[in-house]
Amino acid sequence: MNSLLNWIDQRTGAKKLLHEALFENVPGGARWRYVWGSTLVFCFTVQVITGLFLWLAYSPGSQTAWESVYYIQHVMAGGWFLRGLHHFTAQAMTVLLLLHLLQVVVDGAYKAPREVNYWTGVLLLVLVLALSLTGYLLPWDQKGYWATKVATNIAAITPLIGPALQKLVVGGADYGHHTLTRFFALHAGVIPGAIIAFIGLHVYLFRKHGLTAKEPRRRRDEPFWPRQVLCDAVACLAVLAVVLTLVVMNHGAPLGAPADPSEQFSAARPEWYFLFLFQFLKYFPGGTEVWGAIVIPTVLLLLVAALPVLGRWNFGHRFNLGFLGAMLAGVALLTYLAVAEDRSKPEYATALKVADFEAERVLALAEAPTGIPTAGAVTLLRADPLVQGPKLFARNCASCHRFDGHDGLGGQPKDKQSASDLKGFASRDWLMNLLDPAKVDSAAYFGGSEHKDGEMVKWVKKNIPTFNASSKEQLRQALMALSAEAGLKAQKDADARDAAIITAGAKILPGDDLGCIECHTIQGHSDGGEAPDLTGYGSRKWLTAFIGNPKHESFYGPRNDRMPAFGADGRLTAEEIGLLVDWLRGEWYVEPQAQR
Amino acid sequence: MDPKDVPPQPDRREFITKACALTAGAVAVAVPAASGLFVLLDPLGRKGGAGEPVRVASLEALPEDGEPRKFSVLATRVDAWNRTPNVPIGAVYLRRQPGGKVQAFNVVCPHAGCFVDYVAGAKHYLCPCHNSSFSPDGRIQDPKSPSPRGLDELETEVRDGAVFVRYLNFRAGEKDKVQA
Repeated sequence: MNSLLNWIDQRTGAKKLLHEALFENVPGGARWRYVWGSTLVFCFTVQVITGLFLWLAYSPGSQTAWESVYYIQHVMAGGWFLRGLHHFTAQAMTVLLLLHLLQVVVDGAYKAPREVNYWTGVLLLVLVLALSLTGYLLPWDQKGYWATKVATNIAAITPLIGPALQKLVVGGADYGHHTLTRFFALHAGVIPGAIIAFIGLHVYLFRKHGLTAKEPRRRRDEPFWPRQVLCDAVACLAVLAVVLTLVVMNHGAPLGAPADPSEQFSAARPEWYFLFLFQFLKYFPGGTEVWGAIVIPTVLLLLVAALPVLGRWNFGHRFNLGFLGAMLAGVALLTYLAVAEDRSKPEYATALKVADFEAERVLALAEAPTGIPTAGAVTLLRADPLVQGPKLFARNCASCHRFDGHDGLGGQPKDKQSASDLKGFASRDWLMNLLDPAKVDSAAYFGGSEHKDGEMVKWVKKNIPTFNASSKEQLRQALMALSAEAGLKAQKDADARDAAIITAGAKILPGDDLGCIECHTIQGHSDGGEAPDLTGYGSRKWLTAFIGNPKHESFYGPRNDRMPAFGADGRLTAEEIGLLVDWLRGEWYVEPQAQR
Repeated sequence: MDPKDVPPQPDRREFITKACALTAGAVAVAVPAASGLFVLLDPLGRKGGAGEPVRVASLEALPEDGEPRKFSVLATRVDAWNRTPNVPIGAVYLRRQPGGKVQAFNVVCPHAGCFVDYVAGAKHYLCPCHNSSFSPDGRIQDPKSPSPRGLDELETEVRDGAVFVRYLNFRAGEKDKVQA
């Protein structure tokens, strides 16, 4: 063994190298305050290791980026842990960078002759922030997509080179495959390469000038190994412990719904350590953004870089401490204001809820037996009635109708309700209430519409109160049969159970006892009335046709009250009407219980 | 600075410090490395397709004389996160057997995995890569053939005039037929 080591040493000089690395002098002995640089090297090492392994499973491309990250996070064994480690170590690195900077400035380690080393440090700070920025986009989820869009749009307002710079970074006029390939190359190749080079220079210069001892020195000088190494290693372990706690608490790193340029995402925020810039930008009125986004931050960064020069002045060091303190206080204040403003806005809370819901929903759809199509997971959400139905309802229906008292998304439209509440449309309960004299002209049914004083309301109010027990039973059976026409998923069991009653009801419905066919058409039976055809009432086909054109003669015809012909007028596509219908009818994919 | 300039410390304490420093450092780096390796090994736990019988061709399409014909196998392709129904996942040679039965071979050469041709004129399968040749019934034709085994036969079933094949892939380069 010894001879092998000697053989290697003679050929490489490894012993001398190791000796130099380990026996660097620590003036005044090992101290905890010197650990920050080492914790940063440690974090960077963790990022390189975890990053390389993530690289083995990541696929940059607008139909594969989110999908491959989903696969890492939710399918690959231990993937969530690896990804969480990468995600939270990145955040730890930002905090440690700040601590390192503070320690260097407070201890005066930036002063001559260590200026160049300080500058390489400032450069490393910027490079690490660039890593964070580029990494934020790579999962290609709504949050990363929209937050990064803001960042690249800010790049576009850089004087002179802005638009060209933006195109170069984005890889074209708009976000797409090349945005991801470019961000990935920057994130996993170019920037880490530069960081490795600058860490080399930074450590070399650090060794050249030696450690800046904090006075007064507590003990005699000692070599780096082993006591300072122990301090550093314990500090690294502590950082790791914090990161691991976060990883386990969050079960990896968050992954939102896949990026969709056509979907509003009001919860878009940059990573927390960029929130101060995000907030800062709010104070610059249109046309002056360049000051808030580029000029002032650049000047501040240059001032931070100029600390060694400023420090030469008599009170320079104190000025530097004051400046850095003021700047950090400003950053903290802006961050606080950003968070406080979001907390106070109910819209933001709603946006977060929607974001969480869609992130959960896309997982359920991705895990469904149909899986993710090659067109990408974003198509799963676009084709999902549970996600799209409420949005379509809010946009197109809620100015008159309601859904369980709201606009489908839980909000309140500005217009007063003037048409029926469609929650549970065509269900037994919904129909029973429609035929209730006390409810038929309420806001939930015909109360807000022209039909308030129409034939149906009149009929219900006049006839139902006179019904005897047997008529009431006939009505109940007929309504159960009518509701069964809809074939609602929620009523599947009840319809099967009451098959006999429904058969009986189906005979009553077009018969003369109740008199429905005096106005309505049912299964071809009609007395020539002009009320809507109830054949297949509430079924997918019936509802699709109705929303497509309520003015059609088989529905309201000329007596249609305000409702647009969404299909015939081209207001909605057939797919959109289909999504709306499926949502109203409660038809969407439901994940098997107890799976997740 | 040389270590001998440093004031000597009690050996035992020095040893404990060194051991702790080494252990702490090793643990700190081992965690990310191990979690990465664990994820790297994820594919080891994943199995190939279940090989449900899929309809490949109609019996009509096969020549009466037993000459092999090549057909694509359409099935649901599962590629990591993507599921794509009804796309080609491979190909087979089908040949009609006496008694209305059908013999099926995976087109992949068991030697090194190239796509084997059927040469009608010479009445044999020939691999374009290393010249392995197989007779129409799939057996090794030339004793000097580089292939360690004959073409991989697949289970077939004829139902209502349609040929169903249980499509599977096998490991190349081995004497025994083992599912990949």
